[in-house]
Amino acid sequence: MTSTARRSPRFGFAVNAVGVIGASIILFWILVAVFAPWISPYPVGKIVDFDYYGPISSDFWLGTDYLGRDMFSRILMGARYTVGISLASVTIACFVGVTLGMIAAVVGGWFDAVLSRFLDALNSIPALMFGLVVVAAVGSSLTVLILTIATLYAPGSYRFARALAVNVNAMDFVTVARARGEGIIYTIREEILPNIVGPVLADFGLRFVFIVLLLSGLSFLGLGVQPPDADWGALVRENIGGLSFGAPAVVFPSIAIASLTISVNMLIDNLPRRIRDRSE
Amino acid sequence: MNAVIARLVLKRLGIMLLSLLIVAFAVFFATELLPGDVAQILLGQAATPEAVAGLRTAMHLDEPAFLRFLHWLFGLMSGDLGRSYANDREVADLISGRLANSLELAFVTTLFSVPIALTLGITSAMFRGSFYDRMVSVFTVTVISIPEFMVATLAVIIFAVYLRWLPALSVASEVHGIGELLRIYAMPVITLAFVVSAQMIRMTRAAVIDTLNTAYVEMALLKGASRRRIVLRHALPNALGPIVNAMALSLSYLLGGVIIVETIFNYPGVAKLMVDAVSTRDLPLIQSCAMIFCVSYLLLILIADVVAIMANPRLRNQ
Repeated sequence: MTSTARRSPRFGFAVNAVGVIGASIILFWILVAVFAPWISPYPVGKIVDFDYYGPISSDFWLGTDYLGRDMFSRILMGARYTVGISLASVTIACFVGVTLGMIAAVVGGWFDAVLSRFLDALNSIPALMFGLVVVAAVGSSLTVLILTIATLYAPGSYRFARALAVNVNAMDFVTVARARGEGIIYTIREEILPNIVGPVLADFGLRFVFIVLLLSGLSFLGLGVQPPDADWGALVRENIGGLSFGAPAVVFPSIAIASLTISVNMLIDNLPRRIRDRSE
Repeated sequence: MNAVIARLVLKRLGIMLLSLLIVAFAVFFATELLPGDVAQILLGQAATPEAVAGLRTAMHLDEPAFLRFLHWLFGLMSGDLGRSYANDREVADLISGRLANSLELAFVTTLFSVPIALTLGITSAMFRGSFYDRMVSVFTVTVISIPEFMVATLAVIIFAVYLRWLPALSVASEVHGIGELLRIYAMPVITLAFVVSAQMIRMTRAAVIDTLNTAYVEMALLKGASRRRIVLRHALPNALGPIVNAMALSLSYLLGGVIIVETIFNYPGVAKLMVDAVSTRDLPLIQSCAMIFCVSYLLLILIADVVAIMANPRLRNQ
């Protein structure tokens, strides 16, 4: 396939302005998540204002919440939970899904058939609902959240990677590698993976968006991150009482969620076709 | 030819039943086999060990997990959904009325969102690359990227707080006349329709554009057919299968959306029942609600598959 796209010498592909904006917002939130404790102006759990649902002021940049805690600090720390949990879950889900998908494509036979049927069935469980079931049964903790979400999104990742890997597996160079007597692990690592890594990364990003939304939804229902800690979804839930008068405490966490998910979508939509080929 | 279709449909049905079995196992596994003693949870911290042991025996918790799974599964199949832990009523009684409410909500939403989404999806594919198309995709990407509860809270702010057109809560108890009915359904339906149709517009547009890229459409273009004729006569019939598939898949988003929307607007449906059951840890009720959601999801997928097979003869030769 010949590509006529302009190439920057560094990465081998060019990203347009919208994509760059998306990427910078994502980078910004990741940095915030890492450095939150050092840059937040007030301790997260401390009540610093006598007024609740306080307005935006020079002391409290994003107002205060329903107990008079500083919203700016809470949103910075919330980034840790939202970005951290989502990133951890999506990494586990994609690692497991993609590895199994490539193995299934290369090995084929009954292994592929059984695994595909089983994971397709798991894929047909609505995510938010299954989250409710698990949280009801075992309670909510960070580990439970991460593992549950990873379990829910691994089958989709498996299906995606397998579909790609099956196509690559039919190529001549894979047959050649087999004829050379290379093992399964070598074939997967050296022949299959390099050829599907672009779409897989795009899929990683989209799955990250779904996970952020699911986590926020769970927290909004009170089943995600538990008080006194709060991710962005939980911040919206806590301050929902301020909704009727448009308190900044309920507006800004929502904006934070939207800015993260929209910029991931913006980045992926503007990746060159060569990379996100086949991704939807 | 009909025999071929019937066989394919039967095969899909078989696959669906198999999936359902696996899903049932997953639900059962998540609720009963993961750590956490149900009897202990039900009786609370202060319970004596004897009381816990007694309840365990009464609830057959001492039997092997596989036997309990079979027992539960056969109960489900014979319509015995078990008794609620929280108020000791038949789960089937609790669910039946709520299910009708949820289905009504889903039906009204479908009625509104499908025509709107189809129109927007097809027209934006027709005028691909235009300002209109870009506006539609900005809108759909935005709605897809924000959580459902945000759409709902925005709807509350706009329609209930600023405009004061609609009530923020919908309690479908006493309905007198069409006007009141509209007011009750309006908020949940608006929210759900937004969420569902964004997905549908995107997928419809992609399906139509896929068919617009084929050789026969290029041929139609070369022989001088108008754009409207190309889209409506040449592309659309071939895109029908993927479009219906897209609609069924998007409608399955109703399931996720419905949980949030029913909770926010306090709508008395199955999802609200389930969220309440989660807070009281009422496992039989949760299991039954979960199974209802999975069955409806699988049914939607089945319908989508069957329609795709009917619409596209090429799929019959698999």
